[in-house]
Amino acid sequence: MNVTVVGAGVAGLTIATELVERGCRVEVIDRAQRFGRDTCSWYAGGMLAPWCEGDTAEEPVVRLGQEAIGWWRRHVPDVIEQGSLVVAPSRDAGELARFARRTQAHQTLDATGLAELEPDLEGRFRQALFFDREAHLDPRRAIAALTGKLHESGVAISYGTSLEDHGVNGSVIVDTRGFAARDVLKDLRGVKGEMLVLKAKGIEFSRPVRLLHPRLPVYLVPRGGGHFMVGATQIEAEDRGRITARGMVDLLNAAYAVHPAFAEAEIIETGADVRPAFPDNLPRLRWHGRTLHVNGLFRHGFLLAPACARMAAEAINSPGYKPELMDEDHRERSIA
Amino acid sequence: MRLYGVDIGSRLLLGTAQYPSPAILGDAVEASRAEIVTVSLRREAGGDQHGQAFWTLIRDMGVRVLPNTAGCHTVKEAVTTAQMAREVFDTNWIKLEVIGDNDTLCPNVFELVEAARVLSEDGFEVFPYTTEDLVVAEHLLQAGCKVLMPWGAPIGTGLGLNNVYGLRTMRAHFSDVPMIIDAGIGLPSHAAHAMELGFDAVLLNTAVARAGNPVAMAQAFAQAIEAGSMARSADPMEARDMASPSTPVLGKASLG
Repeated sequence: MNVTVVGAGVAGLTIATELVERGCRVEVIDRAQRFGRDTCSWYAGGMLAPWCEGDTAEEPVVRLGQEAIGWWRRHVPDVIEQGSLVVAPSRDAGELARFARRTQAHQTLDATGLAELEPDLEGRFRQALFFDREAHLDPRRAIAALTGKLHESGVAISYGTSLEDHGVNGSVIVDTRGFAARDVLKDLRGVKGEMLVLKAKGIEFSRPVRLLHPRLPVYLVPRGGGHFMVGATQIEAEDRGRITARGMVDLLNAAYAVHPAFAEAEIIETGADVRPAFPDNLPRLRWHGRTLHVNGLFRHGFLLAPACARMAAEAINSPGYKPELMDEDHRERSIA
Repeated sequence: MRLYGVDIGSRLLLGTAQYPSPAILGDAVEASRAEIVTVSLRREAGGDQHGQAFWTLIRDMGVRVLPNTAGCHTVKEAVTTAQMAREVFDTNWIKLEVIGDNDTLCPNVFELVEAARVLSEDGFEVFPYTTEDLVVAEHLLQAGCKVLMPWGAPIGTGLGLNNVYGLRTMRAHFSDVPMIIDAGIGLPSHAAHAMELGFDAVLLNTAVARAGNPVAMAQAFAQAIEAGSMARSADPMEARDMASPSTPVLGKASLG
């Protein structure tokens, strides 16, 4: 089986990896010149936090997301399995109670318990939730590691190449272009996200910290060396422009609320991009002739890519197989 | 209920922000039987052509859209947002929100009255988010508003009706003006209470959007509002201080 994967973001590369492991001949093309600011995955937080996502996401995200930690551990180095923390300012303590009610697999820490896990948060919060089975990774290093392994397996990854220029070599095309596939996936929409990277002095975390807020929940993911990724806004807009002043103020305020030391941090980087999402914010696999679309990973790219990749690879290798995220009606219509 | 010449059957108006997904929002709107939904333009805009997929989803729900100026702090911002909303949603209706204080999201009533005047003169049909202040309400009516939307409590607090006396007075004072309780509703019982006080409708968002099961909560609100409205028209009894037996004791057989 020859497969052409269009898109070298987290969805495309995980699918390529799963296909190679099943003995397929795979090539990957991407219209970007390199992995960077043109790809949604570049801006990801890299939290592997399926239980936390259960606060707002539907059940499949929590269940399928649990595959992610083991998958990433098997395929890239540096998956950090230290759990994750959820905190709330004292005026929003009710938010923490609500979050605890609606999520599983956590324990409640008091101020002492929190300080034992994260000494730099000593005295900052009276309560926290600890999700000890969650993990995180650095998305850019993870993509680089996957790319390297695919190269070693003989997979060509051609940047600066679109399907029109390249022609179709594979007997199956997997389209993982994200929001760019809106031209064929009419029910796909874009949800803008904004993020920034801070470099702080004298403060380190071992695990991601989420700050609950009635309007804007924000997380800080440690990247090592005093670097923290702060994300992410969620706006019903399809504008790929830069971060807005309001987005920046919201994210910085949240970081400052977690620890005043962030007031002195340097702003290393800002970013904004558009997440692809279907109306229920769950991913879909959808056949259009011999093209398999895998899209709509929304804010769950690194969390759901392993499950989507498994389903896509099985669907390609076993024509009768319909995984749970497959849009059945659409496939039957396009085959008829 | 008649709002700017349009007959509306449902007494519940639903906001569209903060739902887990547009699909759940759609199901909640259906369960609520709302005929009007509010949409905030300011946050979801980002530019003239953006946010259209979300707006298309809203338009496809088959309900009337009441765009709002959420997050505006000045007359100028509110007027610009309203004009943009008129183009996007092809409606003269506008929920006018001009915020004066960031902690309580209390309306800035001075800017509100002025913005209502500017917009009414420009042909808008304005639904002002206001306090229970009677003088402000009078000025809003003079500025051209034909509907008033007093708050129950600050936006997003879920505290219910904070000043029942003030709201009751307002209802009595402007008995002919359609009045919608907007903001602060947390529970269906709060909404039922508003209807029992004689308000024409209730507008809410967070109480449904942030519930564990938004669709079930939307249905619960629909039922509570119907119950409150029915109770109002059934002319409730007067409360009294002393107990009064529902079955008279007089004439009862005395045993022993």
